[in-house]
Amino acid sequence: MAIVERPSPPALQLPAGPQVAPRPLGAFTRPSATTGWKSWLTTIDHKRIGIMYGASALFFFIIGGIEALLIRLQLTSPQGKLYSADLYNQLFTMHGVTMIFLVVMPLGAAFMNYLMPLQIGARDVAFPRLNAFSFWVFLFGGIFLNTSWFLGGGADGGWFAYAPNTGVTFSPGHGMDFYALGLQITGIASLVGSINLIVTVLNLRAPGMTLLKMPVFTWMGFVTQMLLVFAIPVISVALFLLTFDRLFGANFFNPAAGADPLLWEHLFWIFGHPEVYILILPAFGIVSEIIPVFSRKPIFGYPFMVASGIAIGFMGWGVWAHHMFASGIGPMSVAAFSLSTMFIAVPTGVKILNWMATMWGGRLRFTTPMLFAIGLVTMFTIGGLSGVTHAVAPADTQQTDTYYIVAHFHYVIFGGALFAFMGGFYFWWPKVFGYVLDDRWGKWHFWLQLIGFNLTFGPMHILGLQGMPRRQFTYLPGYGFEFWNRVATVGAFIIALSVLVFLINVAKSTRAHLANPVPVGPDPWDARSLEWMLPSPTPAHNFDTVPTVTHLDEFWHRKYQEDETGRVTRARPTDEVAQKGDAADVHLPSPSYWPIVMAAGLPLIAYGLIFNLGIAAVGGAIVLLGGFAWGLEPADDPERAHSHAAHGDGHGEGDGDGDGAGEGDGAGDGQESPEEPAAVSAGEGEGAEGDDS
Amino acid sequence: MSDAVLTETEATGAAPAHTTSTGISNEKLAMWVFLGSDCLLFGALISTYLLLRHRSTTPPFDPAEVFDIPFTSVSSFVLLMSSLTMALAVGAIHRGDVRRCRTWLLTTALLGATFISGQVYEFSGFKNEGLGYTTNIFGSAFYTLTGFHGAHVSVGILFLMSLFVMSLRGKLDASKAETVEIFGLYWHFVDIVWILIFTIVYLIP
Repeated sequence: MAIVERPSPPALQLPAGPQVAPRPLGAFTRPSATTGWKSWLTTIDHKRIGIMYGASALFFFIIGGIEALLIRLQLTSPQGKLYSADLYNQLFTMHGVTMIFLVVMPLGAAFMNYLMPLQIGARDVAFPRLNAFSFWVFLFGGIFLNTSWFLGGGADGGWFAYAPNTGVTFSPGHGMDFYALGLQITGIASLVGSINLIVTVLNLRAPGMTLLKMPVFTWMGFVTQMLLVFAIPVISVALFLLTFDRLFGANFFNPAAGADPLLWEHLFWIFGHPEVYILILPAFGIVSEIIPVFSRKPIFGYPFMVASGIAIGFMGWGVWAHHMFASGIGPMSVAAFSLSTMFIAVPTGVKILNWMATMWGGRLRFTTPMLFAIGLVTMFTIGGLSGVTHAVAPADTQQTDTYYIVAHFHYVIFGGALFAFMGGFYFWWPKVFGYVLDDRWGKWHFWLQLIGFNLTFGPMHILGLQGMPRRQFTYLPGYGFEFWNRVATVGAFIIALSVLVFLINVAKSTRAHLANPVPVGPDPWDARSLEWMLPSPTPAHNFDTVPTVTHLDEFWHRKYQEDETGRVTRARPTDEVAQKGDAADVHLPSPSYWPIVMAAGLPLIAYGLIFNLGIAAVGGAIVLLGGFAWGLEPADDPERAHSHAAHGDGHGEGDGDGDGAGEGDGAGDGQESPEEPAAVSAGEGEGAEGDDS
Repeated sequence: MSDAVLTETEATGAAPAHTTSTGISNEKLAMWVFLGSDCLLFGALISTYLLLRHRSTTPPFDPAEVFDIPFTSVSSFVLLMSSLTMALAVGAIHRGDVRRCRTWLLTTALLGATFISGQVYEFSGFKNEGLGYTTNIFGSAFYTLTGFHGAHVSVGILFLMSLFVMSLRGKLDASKAETVEIFGLYWHFVDIVWILIFTIVYLIP
């Protein structure tokens, strides 16, 4: 619901009486900088937040990648002695935690934050300040998690942290405390973000944008957020129980007190299996955008693509115990979860077939993004097939905790998600930054990554079937493990080289653009969805005029039409269809200090719980006071509140009504006070548009 | 910017202002989604409690030994009454009756605080009878489950007091009716969760 400003000449409104300073309870004014580094700290623009998600994820990707290389160095040859078993445990645990929670999830968040509002024709997300809060909480949580390296050592219980192995008895250092509290913090980020994006998709669609006209990426993002919103509280409970056990001496995972070790496994995997779809569905969405564009065909079977995504979202809740076939859950459970696991391969297979059918008969252009998309289709299929072998419980019993599992989940997460995200970088880079990444370097990047990836993880299938257990810090000679381990290590360094090529590509393309800026135009790929209607880079206010949507692939339908013979012809040149991005009368919400301030309190609470309750009290006070300041801050800087002040409708000017939108997770935070993601003060009233209250 | 844009302008110009695609405001929808999420939080906690409550290896073995059901029934009644007063507060603000709304908000907060005080009193009694947080696995599960609920009530009281102060400062009028209503959703949810917890933890042996 936008605040739609009725046309009123600016000359009439400003002198009209004293400025109604929207500073309820004498609270602070809002920051107003829109350039410079400070503006990034206070920004609430979903596009900038998306960019920061992406940059932070790449930073953590390098950290997690270095950890992976260190693991491979140890395993290059038998009886490697580079690190102790203890340090090795920390390395593989932190590698897994970093890659899953601090790389793949935030990469998904980066694309979803940037693209979902654009693809549904919105000016921002439903709660821009909460969006900034999510990002800072994620970033601080990730940094908190990684500071454990300097404060006594990283987590050492594996990424799924089976209790009681992760209790104080077997993991006496602080590593697991950092794990439990750090993931709790990033979980808050995901939960808040998911509520925000769900409301955005449901409420802020442009006129005519029905649910079944939304691009597949937005649909997959929406399913992802639905999974998050219900999966996060379960892992939160598990992490709380572990924290209480470790810090306060509770007995949840103490077998001597009668605990059942299966409790953690169930809680973790009820979260953990939806989590793997949380990792992969945004990637599926990205590929579903890239393949039609470079096949010059609409996506094949759009309703099936959407329905299979939804089906995965539901069925993802009924397969968690296939992670536990070897834990003695009983033959009935094993049989039931075997069946459900085989069934969930069906909607995934539907997607694979639809991508192939989209390419079939299309005029393919093998650009870098397209190569990465095809990379996902092929590599994910291999990972999916090895996944089906896990559904066969007797086989799985043999494979449990071997390198076969490691091979499988790297094929789906690296071969699936990461290939798609890399493709997404190349695809949307011009939209985000206004210039394309070099295609030749991009192709080097792709082929090196593909070869390195297969050399690293392909051999692990063989190692696993030969019986090499995962997570052991070394192995003896004479079991036939030597050769393939060496190959895997070489492969890992080729992957590292491919990442280096990517970074060089970014640097070179940026330099070339700065030296000789060539406007890339709104639509460099002849694409289909609404974001390509906007100038590149996207202007801060997104749409000059919110489009009225009549078709799936709306932008494409504005460019092309069928003639009488059914042949598709160009109807209008892109420049005519695209927006100019020059609307001067769009009112954007002001930036805010409080998201970052509140977020900064959370890691302090966590440090305090581990080391000194005094620090926790300071952190709690920051969160509490930050929350109230947030609730009380004016919706706008008075100086900038042009038409609003005159408008004088005390409606929607966020003076901090504590409606407590969400966050039962602690101190009285998150009084989401209304703020309008860009109301338009132009004559045309926009329809469904983001504001609130 | 040609025909297409012009027709667009016409179409959007006709669209009513202040609407969302669903017709539900962003805040209210967000609260519903959050409450859905919170269901899973309590679902996981209640499941944990049910799994662990009879597994203690040290006394007290039977949860029924420590409970004082008449006392807890009274405090449960108090909490349920706070839902009534909350509903009255929402009704009052919808009618624009700020003064009465303020009274009911304060009453709701007091009833909530009474419940919390009852819980503190009850728990210190359990502690004296030898059931601490670390005593046995039942103790850990019981205090964690009821503690999370108590934390939800406490956060609710904090919000109630914020609304109360807002109303004293004249910041809460009929235009904020939905804010009160959305908070009411949260409050009723917390009460419903207590009905579940009271039944499962105290009444079912």
